[in-house]
Amino acid sequence: MGVNTNPVLGGDGFVTTKLSSFANWARKNSLWPMPFGTACCAIEMMGAFASRFDLSRFGAEVVRFSPRQADLMIVSGTITYKMASVCRKIYDQMPEPKWVIAMGSCTCGGGPFDSYAVVQGIDEFLPVDVYVGGCPPRPEALIDAVMKIQKKIEREGAPIV
Amino acid sequence: MSFDLQAVIDSLKSNFPDTILDIKTFRNETTLLIKKEKIQEFCMYLKNNFDFKFIVDITAVDYLERKTPRYEVVYYLHRFGPEYSENVRIRLKVEVPEEDTRVLSVTPFWSGANWLEREVYDLFGIEFVGHPDLRRILMPEEYNAHPLRKDFDVRNREPSKRCFEKALKEGESGTS
Ligand code: SF4
Repeated sequence: MGVNTNPVLGGDGFVTTKLSSFANWARKNSLWPMPFGTACCAIEMMGAFASRFDLSRFGAEVVRFSPRQADLMIVSGTITYKMASVCRKIYDQMPEPKWVIAMGSCTCGGGPFDSYAVVQGIDEFLPVDVYVGGCPPRPEALIDAVMKIQKKIEREGAPIV
Repeated sequence: MSFDLQAVIDSLKSNFPDTILDIKTFRNETTLLIKKEKIQEFCMYLKNNFDFKFIVDITAVDYLERKTPRYEVVYYLHRFGPEYSENVRIRLKVEVPEEDTRVLSVTPFWSGANWLEREVYDLFGIEFVGHPDLRRILMPEEYNAHPLRKDFDVRNREPSKRCFEKALKEGESGTS
């Protein structure tokens, strides 16, 4: 990537880059989250979106309740087996490329609920990119997870078409 | 003026002489153990004559290996008095043996009992005869166990997993 200035164009600069790194740069700075909040962790996720922690500083404030318009799924809360098929369905409805954050001990490994109804970690049925431990994790931890996703997009990217 | 609960109990005793098996009072809470067959008459009488208009909760207890009959179904009835001191709560219990887990439904008197009975049916497998819509309410419909029974292993996730996999398949073929 290089910045150029050209007097023929009136001195305005232009940037040369690869299409893929340009697309990934745009993707990482405009993540649209799909909040899948099912329990107490969702409150903390709302905290992260609200003004004190303000996830919009990282370009991720456009919370989409339609999976068709989202590319980052934040699963926050206890996932039971009855809910798991819904969770999977919503993930399947999101367009590629997409990323998943497992927020809280429940989504990472069942949390305190070693019981007949609770999934022991959503990676049983979803490909998780970032795990956030804590019961519940602080909003800073979620922000850190979003930044990790951003780094991952920058590093690995995703196919353009 | 406070509500005279003793008068209620006396009236119940004289009207249902063989129905009440036991009366316990502990910390101002009154518990009546009554015969299973009589639950409908008993509830109707309490509701119509003493204004117990509200069913607070229905639940059950599994006394596996500690007591026979194995189950007890517990009803909490509430009466709203005009004065705060006239608010009264009463607890009814019926014993349900393992061989015959059927109990008459109280949905004709309190429609609020509908979901409460469905919950007890779902988690304990007690059937409420006369219930208008006795389906599972918390667990998936094709779930094949009653998880709050004491002989159910609480970590047994196999039945849940099976339902989940079935739901996934149905989701893929677009039928749900
Ligand atoms: S991890 Fe803790 S705070 Fe989060 S949903 Fe589970 S129990 Fe609630």
